[in-house]
Amino acid sequence: MKPIAIGFAVGVVGLLLWLVIKAGQADPPVALTQDAPDAQQLESSVVRVNEWLRKHWADEGVEPADMADDLIVYRRLSLALHGTIPSLQEISVFRKDTGRDRIERWIVRMLEDDRFADYFAERLERVLVGVEEGQFLIFRRDRLRSWLSDQLKQDRPWPDMVTDLIASEGLWTSDPASNFITAAFVDGEGLDENKLAGRTVRAFLGQRIDCAQCHDHPFDDWKQSDFEGLAAFFGQSRVTPGGVIDRPMEDGAATVYEVVDPGEETGRIVEPQFPFHSEWADSDVNRRQALASWVIHPKNRRFERAISNRIWGLMFGRSWDDPVDDLGHPGDGSQEDLLDVLGGEFRASGGSLKYLIRVIAQSDAFRLRSDVPGADVDTYSDMNFYGAVFPLVRLRPEQMIGSMFQAARVRTIDRNSNLFVRFARFTSENDFLKEYGDADDDELLQQSGTIPQALLRMNGRFTRELTDTELLTTAGQVMRYSGDDESIVQNCFLACLTRLPTAEERTYFTDQLAAVQATRQKSRQGQPEGERESDPDELDHPELPAGELEYSSRQQVVKDMFWLLYNSPGFSWNH
Amino acid sequence: MTHFDRSVFSRRQALGLMAACGVSLSTRTMTAQAAAKRSGERPKSLITLWMNGGMSQLETWDPHPGTTSGGETKGTATTVKGLEISDFLPQMAEQMDKVTLIRSMTSLEGDHARGSAFVKTGYRLEPTLVYPALGAIAAYELPDKGVEIPSHVTLGADNNFPRGGYLGNEWDAFRVFNPGRSMTNMKASVSENRMAQRRKGLDFLGEQFTRNRPSADRETLHSETIQRALKMMSSEQLKAFQIDEESAAVKSAYGDTRFGRGCLVARRLVETGVRAVEVCLNGFDTHIDNHNGQKTQADILDPAFATLLQELEQRDLLDSTVVLCISEFGRTPRINAAGGRDHYPNWFSAVVAGGGFQRGLVLGETPGDVSAATTEDRAKRPKPVDPVTVPDLYATIMYSMGIPWEEEFVTPIGRPITYCSGQPMARLLQDDIARSVSSVH
Repeated sequence: MKPIAIGFAVGVVGLLLWLVIKAGQADPPVALTQDAPDAQQLESSVVRVNEWLRKHWADEGVEPADMADDLIVYRRLSLALHGTIPSLQEISVFRKDTGRDRIERWIVRMLEDDRFADYFAERLERVLVGVEEGQFLIFRRDRLRSWLSDQLKQDRPWPDMVTDLIASEGLWTSDPASNFITAAFVDGEGLDENKLAGRTVRAFLGQRIDCAQCHDHPFDDWKQSDFEGLAAFFGQSRVTPGGVIDRPMEDGAATVYEVVDPGEETGRIVEPQFPFHSEWADSDVNRRQALASWVIHPKNRRFERAISNRIWGLMFGRSWDDPVDDLGHPGDGSQEDLLDVLGGEFRASGGSLKYLIRVIAQSDAFRLRSDVPGADVDTYSDMNFYGAVFPLVRLRPEQMIGSMFQAARVRTIDRNSNLFVRFARFTSENDFLKEYGDADDDELLQQSGTIPQALLRMNGRFTRELTDTELLTTAGQVMRYSGDDESIVQNCFLACLTRLPTAEERTYFTDQLAAVQATRQKSRQGQPEGERESDPDELDHPELPAGELEYSSRQQVVKDMFWLLYNSPGFSWNH
Repeated sequence: MTHFDRSVFSRRQALGLMAACGVSLSTRTMTAQAAAKRSGERPKSLITLWMNGGMSQLETWDPHPGTTSGGETKGTATTVKGLEISDFLPQMAEQMDKVTLIRSMTSLEGDHARGSAFVKTGYRLEPTLVYPALGAIAAYELPDKGVEIPSHVTLGADNNFPRGGYLGNEWDAFRVFNPGRSMTNMKASVSENRMAQRRKGLDFLGEQFTRNRPSADRETLHSETIQRALKMMSSEQLKAFQIDEESAAVKSAYGDTRFGRGCLVARRLVETGVRAVEVCLNGFDTHIDNHNGQKTQADILDPAFATLLQELEQRDLLDSTVVLCISEFGRTPRINAAGGRDHYPNWFSAVVAGGGFQRGLVLGETPGDVSAATTEDRAKRPKPVDPVTVPDLYATIMYSMGIPWEEEFVTPIGRPITYCSGQPMARLLQDDIARSVSSVH
């Protein structure tokens, strides 16, 4: 081979290596341009939300908690926006970043990360089509999800997305929004208009009218006729081999929507009808387009209130108004509640979901600590009730496995990770969810942990694999490369809990490490030189005198530290 | 280790959750008849044999030999005079004097997921409220302090397992996929010394977390759940899940199948005080070659079900255990072009034994002629004689177990709900219990 060729080859390899190394390093996000068109608008939105919150707390006579440490806020953001805790690699960059507006800049970076679009697409998908399997072939969940992900990445306005979802025509493959419609297809019966009506109102207007399918709402003013009138907007929709279409005429006559009452032999024709403000709807369009225009109409405050409550819920794990889709009718506007304020800012931003997320994440409520030194139960409960302390919310199953998997790897797992890691994450996630139990359609429903979940966390194979101290896991790398005992403990805490250990915690674990070290040195003095150091990791170690020492190696201490942190409340709860 | 009062824990947790979901149970009191639960009697348990996929009534409990719908299946005489069941079930034929056979169960749901949801809970699927399964209600309402293992268990279930619904996910059935074999996630892979150290560490970190979060323990129940899991890991009662101690004769009587082992484990769990056990037999969805498919299933079901009933009787447990054999729906009277039968909720069969249900009772009758049975227009389909709805059957089971089936509580949107929308059917129950039903109605 000619020297020039060798030189070229070395150069290429070198360049590749450099790129690989570079790809593994992350730089802190660049400074925000203060004169960016939305910077001032965003700031004033945040001020308005904070003013409302401060007044709310004062009115209710509660003192808000102190502001949380940036690392804790970072963990909350990562869980909400990426579905996992941050990697040790990211944490290290974050900690080195001492520039101003750190949290604000990192929010922007996290929203630009593909993990946000992918993760939020899954959350929205659950709102739109639930977790049912749907009809084979004509319901393509994967297409809907990747469509949502693309929309989120582009920050397409929510009203536009909703219009597509309600009104789009076409194939479930090439027009993925139409899967919102085909998800309600029932074999042998066609589209379930009731399901579509119920879902539309719950997902986009944050109200439950499903019970009005059979009777008038017990105290809200939803009538059975309102429900039927809304369902009729889907009454001309058909699923054909060519896709979802609206058929105003069928067999030479106008397509009608019929409802058969229980016990009746024949149906009665129901015309589409809005429960209120029918003037909001566009005319001269088909039924679904009319419905979409009515749902997103600027004066339909339910629309912006619903999405504000939903996004609040996804950020905090608990919606401001709970349950997330039972908001009731909005007030007359004379007294604004938090959802009115957020909704107004959202609407003014042109319906940008990213904007709404930034407003919520920068609000004081999101930055509060979740603990209150010296508070008694009543005070703490009151603060919790009024949102004056960050709520304790159990990680959802997908956040749990995402976090376990991330904690076990030093480097960030994202679309840039190698295929092997991504595949392992994907299969582990599915296996884990199967055993751990996935959430239902309403994933903001508060549930406490179960015994099988505790057993899985303590004894499951995921935990065994992820606490292993082999080279590639965090536990292994922390052991080998941290340096002194204090750094080992600190890195374990950062990797699992995204925070530094307290003094007490640091001592608890460094004492254990030191004890093992001391015993080993003592016993080694009597041993011949060069004896191979066995790894007494599993089960009872025969040389270990029972009861005297719990750990026979530093690996065991680190392994158990990981095990403990995985099983501690600080790991499985957002706080 | 701290002692746990299971009932207090569970109820408080559930109530906390219900409050979180906006559902209030706090004003509920036991009804008179529930309070008057025959004291001194052993509290009742429930074993559900779930025939997953849609059992064909025509190849099992309700054969129609010689008719257009009957196919090749023949009947066989049973210990009940005049009653014939399919000759696929020879051992059960010997046990029919112990059971109530209902041939006229009805449902409206012909889809697996919707049908299962309806038959497992007694309510049709709803978008905004998840109803608890019958077993979850039993476990919630009839707690047993002495039981350290889960009180609601399902053996061999697929994804369609019984859920806690609005009672909270801690009332979901505890799932064991391969009953009688070793249990997953039940053993710590470290020495006792290390485990003791881990427990210390858990207490330490738990204390760090709850410090300055005064209601965290109560809200998260994190440490309580872990403590209960640890207690279960070291509990002697775990042996109830194992069958090593059983004789070879007993094991082979149940059949060396997953379902057979499941039925044996179910008996052992009930002996230990577990409230509700579901045993699943998968594979009934015979759209193709129904006759042979159902025969394969019946060969598994027959010895297991028959041995279970005999053993419960021998051990004096049958009166305190309701055994229910049911499916999400039946199968069509018409045999399709592939020799299969399709989904048919219009009528299907269920068998109930023990717990005060009648012995040797047969209720309901279905037509043998297929022509009208599968017409497109549901309203024109014939009805079975003496139709029984799932809610009525469940009200009867709840009644016999002492569960307040009819008590109302209110959901967040102001809708009153009850555990069951049906009414107990006195004629399914033995006279002494039936009399008390009629006295309440």
